[in-house]
Amino acid sequence: MNNAKERLVNGIVKENPTFVLMLGMCPTLAVTTSAVNGLGMGLTTTVVLALSNVFISLLRGIIPDKVRIPAFIVIIASFVTVVELLLQGYIPFLYDALGIYIPLIVVNCIILGRAEAYAYKNPVLPSLFDGIGMGLGFSAALTCIGAVRELLGAGEIFGIHVMPESYVPVSIFIMAPGAFFVLALLTAIQNKVKISGERKGKDMSRIQSGCGNDCMNCSDAGCAHRIYDDKTEKRADGDAKKQIAEAKDAEIKTGDSKNTEVTNGEEQTKEEKKNG
Amino acid sequence: MSDLMKVSSNPHVRSKTDTSSIMLTVVIALLPAAGFGIYNFGMDALILILVTVASTVLTEFLFEKICKRKVTIGDYSAIVTGLLLAMNLPASAPWWIGVVGGVFAILVVKMLFGGLGQNFMNPALGGRCFLLISFTSIMTNFDCDAYAGATPLASLKGGETVDILDMVIGRTAGTIGETSMIAIVTGACILILMGIIDLRIPGSYIISFVIFISIFGGHGLDWAYISAHLAGGGLMLGAFFMATDYVTRPITKNGQYVFGILLGILTGIFRIFGPSSEGVSYAIIIGNLLVPLIEKITLPTAFGKGGAKK
Repeated sequence: MNNAKERLVNGIVKENPTFVLMLGMCPTLAVTTSAVNGLGMGLTTTVVLALSNVFISLLRGIIPDKVRIPAFIVIIASFVTVVELLLQGYIPFLYDALGIYIPLIVVNCIILGRAEAYAYKNPVLPSLFDGIGMGLGFSAALTCIGAVRELLGAGEIFGIHVMPESYVPVSIFIMAPGAFFVLALLTAIQNKVKISGERKGKDMSRIQSGCGNDCMNCSDAGCAHRIYDDKTEKRADGDAKKQIAEAKDAEIKTGDSKNTEVTNGEEQTKEEKKNG
Repeated sequence: MSDLMKVSSNPHVRSKTDTSSIMLTVVIALLPAAGFGIYNFGMDALILILVTVASTVLTEFLFEKICKRKVTIGDYSAIVTGLLLAMNLPASAPWWIGVVGGVFAILVVKMLFGGLGQNFMNPALGGRCFLLISFTSIMTNFDCDAYAGATPLASLKGGETVDILDMVIGRTAGTIGETSMIAIVTGACILILMGIIDLRIPGSYIISFVIFISIFGGHGLDWAYISAHLAGGGLMLGAFFMATDYVTRPITKNGQYVFGILLGILTGIFRIFGPSSEGVSYAIIIGNLLVPLIEKITLPTAFGKGGAKK
């Protein structure tokens, strides 16, 4: 169960899909007008994410590699339809509040990203907990954003009036621009905590755990940079080898007279390697 | 002797003009309109102006102290922002409106983007639009002791007739600084004579606006209608004091004409086809956002690069 706990912590804190990976921005900005809406959207996504992760993990031996994305979409869309009908039947106010963003969960890049990066390569149980962890991280982030926006924009949290009577709601916060303000603010606070933690010597790095070589869905620019550097280095190595081979060809053609030059060239390329 | 021996590389600055002297001139040029606003709307207006200016200056000072940067309140730009913002508020607004707007203008629009010279949007207008969206009912309530009822532009849009002489002098409802065309143009003349601004942006703005109004306004070349649109609302204040902001206008000469024409068309669209009777601040903000593109397409040819291609 250690792995399961690690997956949960990873999803909620280390690779929080909203604040760290910056994924799923469309629902994040659009539906967080209140804490309830944020929580509802987060939990809906969690259900879909956990179920689709489980099924994609189960079917990972059957799905052909070339058509995996359409296959993922079919699985995800099925669960979204189920959840949508359930919401419409049992929680109609949430269904009305979330509107078009429920069907749009199908194209939520967190779900597709986890399917591609984790569930497709890992056993069922870790995939389930990965889905739950990521979903809870998403829910927590959306609830935070929704709560701040609701507090400033309407003076309430979860529909309960908390601000003093004289407080005039700043209604821009429950409109579109407010989402950007609050998201930027919360991300800035989180980065500040992380940077001051790193200064104190704590290990705040997060690449080791969840990296499935999925650079498209990863925000760690430093990591991608290192991979790129490795590649260019290898290419340079290859070039050097080619040069040596060419030099040797030339040596064979011209005979032994230029032997000394060639050895010089080899030494130079060796030096270049060391420097590189 | 030592002065004469001083060797320095170019550019050799010979002008005594610097940011603080320009900003001080702008403050002086704004004083007629602000003074008329205080005369027109009474002590409420004075208090609101003072509170807003104090909040902008204090915000800039505190931000720079907390971030351990060089304190730049000595360049008067925060005072200009505060004054312009206050002149864009209705006199009936409570004092904390000025504080909220001032903090937003300086902190979010100006300082978070790097301070004076880095802001992509006019801070005063950014603050005003923030307030307008957040506190719509307060920001559009122009009832006060002196005047009750709608602004001239609103009654014009409602199809009523307006007294143009009152509008030119400024004896109408509106925000603190926008009502008096005479006072604003007096201030603008100071700026133009001092060489702080030129007529490229205001001229192309006003001319393109007049052309747009006469084509789409539904009154044709009716001078009473057109002059009411010119004297009413924030057009004069916006054209001379806010569209010409050094930081947020295009640098290229042709770009400034394009910018002015764009603002004229946008203002016309907002005033005639929009739900609100006024649209100067939104027009200028949208124009500000398009400035990098305008500069890109109007970049002058470098010396030696032009000429006929063979």
